[in-house]
Amino acid sequence: MSIDGTYYLVLSALLFTIGAVGVLVRRNVLVMFMCVELMLNAVNLTFITFSRMLNDIGGQSVVFFVLVVAAAEVVVGLGIIVAIYRRRVGATADDLHVLKG
Amino acid sequence: MGGSHLALVHGLNVAQQIAFFALAGAMVLSALRMVTTKNLVHAALYLTVVLAGAAGLYILLAAEFIAVTQVLVYIGAIVVLMLFGLFLTRAPLGTGQDLDNNQRWLAAIIALFLFGVLGVTLQKGFKGTHVNAIPITDGGSNTAAIGVSIFHDFVVPFEVASILLLAALVGAVVIARRD
Repeated sequence: MSIDGTYYLVLSALLFTIGAVGVLVRRNVLVMFMCVELMLNAVNLTFITFSRMLNDIGGQSVVFFVLVVAAAEVVVGLGIIVAIYRRRVGATADDLHVLKG
Repeated sequence: MGGSHLALVHGLNVAQQIAFFALAGAMVLSALRMVTTKNLVHAALYLTVVLAGAAGLYILLAAEFIAVTQVLVYIGAIVVLMLFGLFLTRAPLGTGQDLDNNQRWLAAIIALFLFGVLGVTLQKGFKGTHVNAIPITDGGSNTAAIGVSIFHDFVVPFEVASILLLAALVGAVVIARRD
């Protein structure tokens, strides 16, 4: 009576959905950023689950690269956010429509 | 001998189920609180709970290298960076009114649709595939296998990742420099 692999997959689908709702609903840029991290984690969980289901180590290697990319993304993203906030204090995502045509 | 081994595997699987449901419940609750909380620092702390739960699930899935990397990179670096970002941007730490935009119903519909599609697809495609508590592969540790995999099958992505990290480093310095 081992655990069914779909439990892990449905859990990660749920976490991904919660993260997507956060990105759609929240207005603070940093919280949107956290929700993106949540979605990345949900995808990582599916990768590891598939790695165990299919008995293939490649899924875990891919998660390693996702971690690298996520770290780089956070560094550059936070740099941009801090640079924006230096010009305009208390800006939300709705206020940042400089690129709007 | 064989009977006791079977009993051990059975006990491990029951323990795995209990741990899975405890971790999954904590993760889903924390994720929901992260999306709904008014306090931004609390959101970062709830994110930490979710990341730690994911590390626990990785250990349950016998991916101990990824679990340790998750704790080091995500909880140790990314959450701390997020908190620094919160402090540097003077984000509203109290109870802000305008934390959500007015697209809640649209977002709820999209979420229902997304979860429906993902859940049904994964259920239909992978129903009945079991994840045992004890890894099927034997001989050599999991970490050694990841090392071999990265330096044999994923050499080119590995080099690309190093260039990406260099680019991110230079980019962050250029963006953060006062001009």
